[in-house]
Amino acid sequence: MSITAENAAKLPADAIARTAPRRLIGPLAWSRENMFANWWSTAITLALGYLLIRYAVSFVDWAFVNAIWTVPQTAAGLPDTTACREAKGSGACWAVITEKHRFILFGTYPFDEHWRPLLVCLLFIGLYVVSAMKRFWRWELALIWAAVLTLIGVLMWGGVLGLSFVPQDRWGGLPITLILSTFGLAFAFPLAILVALGRRSKLPAIKAICVLYVELIRGVPLISLLFMASVMFPLFLPEGMNIDKLLRAQVAIILFAGAYLAEVVRAGLQALPKGQYEAADALGLSYWKKTGLIILPQALRLVIPPLVNTFIGFFKDTSLVLIIGIFDLLTAGKTAIIEPMWQGFGVEVYITLALIYFMFCFAMSKYSAGLEREFNAHRNR
Amino acid sequence: MSAAETLSSAVRADAPPAISLQKVNKWFGSLHVLRDVTLDVALGERVVVCGPSGSGKSTLIRCINRLEEHQEGRIVVDGIELSDDLKALDAIRREVGMVFQSFNLFPHLTILENCTLAPIWVRKMPKRQAEELAMEYLTRVRIPEQAAKYPGQLSGGQQQRVAIARALCMQPKIMLFDEPTSALDPEMIKEVLDTMVMLAGTGMTMICVTHEMGFARQVADRVVFMDRGEIVEQGVPQAIFENPQTDRLQLFLSQILRGH
Ligand SMILES: Nc1ncnc2c1ncn2[C@@H]1O[C@H](COP(=O)(O)OP(=O)(O)O)[C@@H](O)[C@H]1O
Ligand SMILES: [Mg+2]
Repeated sequence: MSITAENAAKLPADAIARTAPRRLIGPLAWSRENMFANWWSTAITLALGYLLIRYAVSFVDWAFVNAIWTVPQTAAGLPDTTACREAKGSGACWAVITEKHRFILFGTYPFDEHWRPLLVCLLFIGLYVVSAMKRFWRWELALIWAAVLTLIGVLMWGGVLGLSFVPQDRWGGLPITLILSTFGLAFAFPLAILVALGRRSKLPAIKAICVLYVELIRGVPLISLLFMASVMFPLFLPEGMNIDKLLRAQVAIILFAGAYLAEVVRAGLQALPKGQYEAADALGLSYWKKTGLIILPQALRLVIPPLVNTFIGFFKDTSLVLIIGIFDLLTAGKTAIIEPMWQGFGVEVYITLALIYFMFCFAMSKYSAGLEREFNAHRNR
Repeated sequence: MSAAETLSSAVRADAPPAISLQKVNKWFGSLHVLRDVTLDVALGERVVVCGPSGSGKSTLIRCINRLEEHQEGRIVVDGIELSDDLKALDAIRREVGMVFQSFNLFPHLTILENCTLAPIWVRKMPKRQAEELAMEYLTRVRIPEQAAKYPGQLSGGQQQRVAIARALCMQPKIMLFDEPTSALDPEMIKEVLDTMVMLAGTGMTMICVTHEMGFARQVADRVVFMDRGEIVEQGVPQAIFENPQTDRLQLFLSQILRGH
């Protein structure tokens, strides 16, 4: 009797503690379900698997087994690439990288001074790593940036502290790519935020300028902007005055990236509910405090994926400067294989260049995914 | 009954009105949403505004802290006339707190940060002091233990109480409420109303848009009934609810009662 009374107070007998239905998990169960569910699924899996393995095997053969890593020197002291030519088609000639990697990375920078651009690249990477860490997100970070960028300038140019002077037209390779993209995004991003805010301004003049800027810049290809910067712009300068070619390209890239990023930021601003603006207003926050403390932190979080997408795009687009004769990483790679003995080994060089670009872009993409997950952890509104 | 009497004794009719609206008109495009609205609210007075949906109640109280701009008439808040003068606007917004129907907490900040933001950045209060103040108000709305959480982790009723605490942290002289319980599940309405009753007991000047008749009876010194942008009728709660003079109010009350 007492037992029934107790049970009645709880749940009906058939409702008590059932475990969730078990799902088959693990790679074996997964593949049985997705790859070998029926006969034609199995057939396709096997056919594709065969092609995949065959292709992978021949790639490994080409890239590693039959590859030639170094070549001997001729009597004249030049590399002897006969071995590479014989292996062509069946084995990669990584010797071109072994021989030419310093030229690809640093271009025509004086050979004995290569430690300087190398240090510059390491400084850039260090700067990215420090900036990526949340615990360094304080205003002092701006000082670190200023200091490191100055140091990078000193190292590249020299002319002080006993460093020999290296004119800008001898710079090349990876440092150029990193300089163009880092300075480019560091200036374009704040510019983009201002333009995005300006486009939503109540003041008609500011709004008009911002709309005009975005539409004009977006309406032309980056290549034509670069041409304008390198060919047309000097025509308007007073005689004798000459602004550095790299600087002109840099400004073109900043303006171009700024217009695209502005539209991304604007999308974030537009996605915020009106109530957020009103709550900030009602608390008496001024326009800039409202924007800096309430609006931008939320708007930028919303657009992390498209923002990083644009960042990655621009990192790669800096390679377009090759058309105005600036010696970035890609140009250096192309130039490395102009010499007769290395002609025909473009694939190896381009694979290497692709890997370098990929490492930077993949790091950006991974980092943004982590950032997004962290920021949106408590956004279950 | 006695509670209502002790509460209404807080009204100071001799002092200049805390809020004064004179012949205020407002249009949204061609839609005339406020028509010659005249309303004086005394210091310490508690006014409940009710009326059918779309009658301009939100617009009315949003004009008081200039979330909406009126086009004709005068609005004087705490002795300062609302105009295009930004200094005056800042001064008014510092003295007027607002609670929204949809809470509008800042989702990227913790509860404590939500409450300390305006005291630190608008009132220039040191951080420590702002945090102590915030904890005091969070205790008063009975959720001090949630201070480190984010708004998304709280229930609707808790979020609305945080929103009230956030407004109170600016130590305003006047509080505006725009249907603070309309977005809440029924079981959470009471906790928010209790908080508002507590606040009324402190002598705060309040204008509250709500259809909670029990709350109006318990707390309000005056009930204002609006319809189609006009103040149709106003008076003490008992007179309004038990002895409506106009057809419009009678119709409205019958709809409200049927709805409940
Ligand atoms: N920003 C706006 N733009 C145009 N019309 C609006 C706007 N806000 C409110 N309205 C209109 O004004 C009228 C009054 O709205 P509101 O003050 O929100 O009414 P209530 O709060 O009494 O329901 C409604 O008809 C509404 O559609
Ligand atoms: Mg409303």
